[in-house]
Amino acid sequence: MKARSYALTTGKKWLKKFYILLFTVLAFTGFGQMPIFKRYYISDIPGMGWSADFYVTHYIHYIGAILLLGLVAYCILDYFFTGRREFRLTASAYVRILLLGGIVITGIFRVLKNLPDVVFSPALTLFIDIAHLGFMMFYLLAALLFLIIKSGWTRGIDD
Amino acid sequence: MTKEISRRSFLKGGLAAAGAVAASSLPLPASVKASTGEELATLIDIRKCIGCEACVEACQEVNEPKFPEPKKPFPKMYPSRVKVSDWSDDRDVTDRLTPYNWVFIQEATVTVNGKEETFSFPRRCMHCQNPPCADLCPWGAARKLRNGITRIDADICLGGSKCKTVCPWHFPQRQTGVGLYLDILPNFAGNGVMYKCDRCYNRIEKGELPACIDICPEKVQKIGPRDEIIKEAHAIAKEIKGYIYGEKENGGTNTIYVSPVPFAELNKAIEKGPGMPDLNPVKDSMAHADNLAKAMIIAPIAGIAAAAGKFYSTSKKLTQSEEGKK
Repeated sequence: MKARSYALTTGKKWLKKFYILLFTVLAFTGFGQMPIFKRYYISDIPGMGWSADFYVTHYIHYIGAILLLGLVAYCILDYFFTGRREFRLTASAYVRILLLGGIVITGIFRVLKNLPDVVFSPALTLFIDIAHLGFMMFYLLAALLFLIIKSGWTRGIDD
Repeated sequence: MTKEISRRSFLKGGLAAAGAVAASSLPLPASVKASTGEELATLIDIRKCIGCEACVEACQEVNEPKFPEPKKPFPKMYPSRVKVSDWSDDRDVTDRLTPYNWVFIQEATVTVNGKEETFSFPRRCMHCQNPPCADLCPWGAARKLRNGITRIDADICLGGSKCKTVCPWHFPQRQTGVGLYLDILPNFAGNGVMYKCDRCYNRIEKGELPACIDICPEKVQKIGPRDEIIKEAHAIAKEIKGYIYGEKENGGTNTIYVSPVPFAELNKAIEKGPGMPDLNPVKDSMAHADNLAKAMIIAPIAGIAAAAGKFYSTSKKLTQSEEGKK
């Protein structure tokens, strides 16, 4: 059975589009946490003024993270319920999952750190911040590489 | 009033002359020493401040080793809208916050019961309980310590000034030509290091008082566990029918001011501008983010429920179609 017939029948196409859109928003607002959009005129583009507001990009990033957490939980469970009987994950999928896991875990710690009354050590704070950005950079590089070599997430069981 | 001013002027002059004398090293109060890991706050009773600037001088003196020594000429930064921020030739400026002046004296002349009265008080980082500068710093350079201090690590900071932008009072001040950015992409990213009061974290580590508290001849400031400081602030406010600033601002800070006149009045009277923060009421900058963080707990549960629902409905359809075939 080919991956194309994977049982996420009603959701597969929109799910993929939703994931790409969500990841784009998260990447954009994530990079927007660095003070570069104003410096490099991004926020001067008509309609993009909000991108220089750190609080706005932060809220959007958090909303994106909420949706990503929901989507990740959905996909993991759906894979174990039905997906694994219908397709296999490719090696590149495992690489992406590993990097995505890194992004999510460091992101969770990042959110925890921002809560009142939660204080991490300076070394852990530094590690979380740099690791979150690092995992994201590697994910984008990996996604680009897999796009070039046309390696998708799934393959048929017999492939 | 006249008596107040002459006393203020006398002490100001005397203490300015004595400014070269290094801050002594009074130990932290026993209650502070005992409270390892507890959030410490400072209480500033503005009735006591005479504006002598002894705290300003002591701060500059003990923190001098931390001050920036920029390399000149500065690397050309692109694009051209990126401005150099150089205070290295204006190190003596004390009437505002700069990278070389982490505390300054603000003055407000207000009318109290028909009488004109001048109040002065030290202004510096409030050390918020949930500091947006530390929360939103993309590098982990700004961070909150367990004892309630928010400090910026000059070895890591790239000087992007985000901390200043998100700070409700815009406390941190930038110095170009110093710091890590010089070793990365000095022309295209970063712009120096941000500096602000670190409440003498290194002195507190050694069990000593912050320099501004230590030197103050009028004992304007005191430091202690936040709960105790808040209690004392309320007791003073009750006694003098006064007002408190810093307890609730930005969700709560570790710098509590007590004043006999409303802070709105003081705010109208102080000089405000770059490096001269206001005394406006401040809502919790991180409140929305904290609420969204709670939603992150629900999100995976919703995802799991959706997947389980899909599995249930798919299984039901399969069972029905198999029964239909039979």
